[in-house]
Amino acid sequence: MNGPVPVKTDRAGTRSNRALSKSRRAEKLIKSTLFLVSTVSIVIIGLIFLFLFREGVPIFKVESIRSFLFGRYWYPTYDPPEFGILPMIIGSLAVSLLSSLMAVPLGLLSAIYISELASQRVKEITKPVIELLASIPSVVIGFFGMVVMAPFLQSTFDLYTGLNVFNASIMLAVMAVPTISSLSEDALNAVSRELREASYALGANRWETISRVVVPAALSGICTAVILGMSRALGETMVVLMVAGGAAAIPRSIFDSCRPLPASIAAEMAEAPFRSDHYHALFATGIVLFVMTFCFNLLADYISHKYRQTGTATL
Amino acid sequence: MKRTILSLFAMGMLIACLTGITSAGTVVIKGSTTVLPIAQAAAEDFMKANPGVSISVSGGGSGNGMKALIDGSTDIADSSRFIKDKEVKMAVENNRFPVPHRVALDCVVPVVHPDNPLRNITIDQLKGIYSGKIRNWKEVGGKDKKIVVVSRDTSSGTYEVWESKVLGGEKVLPEAMLQASNGAVAQVVSKNPYAIGYLGIGYVNAELKALTVNGVVASPVTALTGSFPVSRELFMFTNGWPTGDTLSFLNYVVSPEGQKLVQREGFVPIYAIE
Repeated sequence: MNGPVPVKTDRAGTRSNRALSKSRRAEKLIKSTLFLVSTVSIVIIGLIFLFLFREGVPIFKVESIRSFLFGRYWYPTYDPPEFGILPMIIGSLAVSLLSSLMAVPLGLLSAIYISELASQRVKEITKPVIELLASIPSVVIGFFGMVVMAPFLQSTFDLYTGLNVFNASIMLAVMAVPTISSLSEDALNAVSRELREASYALGANRWETISRVVVPAALSGICTAVILGMSRALGETMVVLMVAGGAAAIPRSIFDSCRPLPASIAAEMAEAPFRSDHYHALFATGIVLFVMTFCFNLLADYISHKYRQTGTATL
Repeated sequence: MKRTILSLFAMGMLIACLTGITSAGTVVIKGSTTVLPIAQAAAEDFMKANPGVSISVSGGGSGNGMKALIDGSTDIADSSRFIKDKEVKMAVENNRFPVPHRVALDCVVPVVHPDNPLRNITIDQLKGIYSGKIRNWKEVGGKDKKIVVVSRDTSSGTYEVWESKVLGGEKVLPEAMLQASNGAVAQVVSKNPYAIGYLGIGYVNAELKALTVNGVVASPVTALTGSFPVSRELFMFTNGWPTGDTLSFLNYVVSPEGQKLVQREGFVPIYAIE
């Protein structure tokens, strides 16, 4: 819209010209307003990033990065203190891996069913219900895990505690399923009709079409869905705070309790003295968590660009 | 002419401000995060009853509260322990004379699931359990089952009592399930027959069984007499004997109304209130 506007030379010319320049000015104003609004979120992210690093980095004056990341003991209030977050890192990874083992098949298969097999009526019911799962507040899921699931697990499997990696993974899977399912379903829906028709035309049956044509074509979208679901599980705080048990030790089985990174931050931040080593160590824990989820999102972005299905020729 | 009017006006404003400040008193309270809820609740009620007084309450820990009292940046220093000799010396060198006012008792009780047959436990046994040397209920006279140790986050005031009175400086075992609040400890222990936990006396409920320690039942009376071993006194320190609003505030804290707040926040009042 920035090119020269043809000037009309008839009588009405001056008038329409003026109106045109007015509308162009309005457009410019709208454009710059929208630009400002969209930069706000970038600025906010940048500021959060800066703040996180400014508050977290000072801990590395007292504790080396190596002993912070790989130390096995977390005793922030003792003298001398120990700031090792390895048990928390492993706790976080264990919980999110196990929860994706549960959530990926559930989410993916339900997406395939809804997108490819379900009748219109079934689709109209199942899709909103699965998405409703996403709107349950995490504290409610955590409460359910603590009050219902933990005693159930404990009595059924004769465990010493129901607040463990397994329970937390189930609860996180419940939260990740809607993300994985609805994003995968979008990816499956986006596979073009001609691909399916071509597959049927070649004599493939429904199962062959789904497993060999539709799913591979939507693979990048599905991978993105899975990774975003996992990164949600990694950053989720309330559920792991309530359900994982809180032991700052490396879990030796899925029935041991653990203390994922977000739970550690949430539980201790309120009582850590301002700008103390403990406070800085918690911010540094935040940096580690941030880097982990950032890597996940970067990976999702990379996969979705690299393996994007462009047209029908690349299959 | 204009200038003199202006300067007169400014002076008038200044005087108004100054008198305003002196008539509406301010009390600054800093220190222990354990005493913080008591100070906060008392300050809210006190300000409601005395609209002219403004009280600012902040945490930061007992040590920081003492430091603030010594350098004169606070009127009251909350402390979950008695003043240290070193701090007394520093205060006197700064020409300040700290006066302790006992405002409440903090009594922490070990609890187990009601199905647990155990009734009594000794401090040494508790120390063994929490430092990881005792791992089976059998060793303290219970069933042959693993002990599930529930503790508070190491930065909480309740943990601080436990650390000084039970652990005696030893570290809590890493496998202990650290919970973020007294309520969470109560929740976990009441649902787990193998668990042991501890919480402020105000949080013990019917779904938990409070253990006697060295044969002494935890109660406001045993906490007051000092026979229950896991309790400590909570203080507010002032510089010299308090005067003015600081005095009326402290009087309010130790009055029956103030002590009711102490009880409401889960602590033990310094005398029996009905």
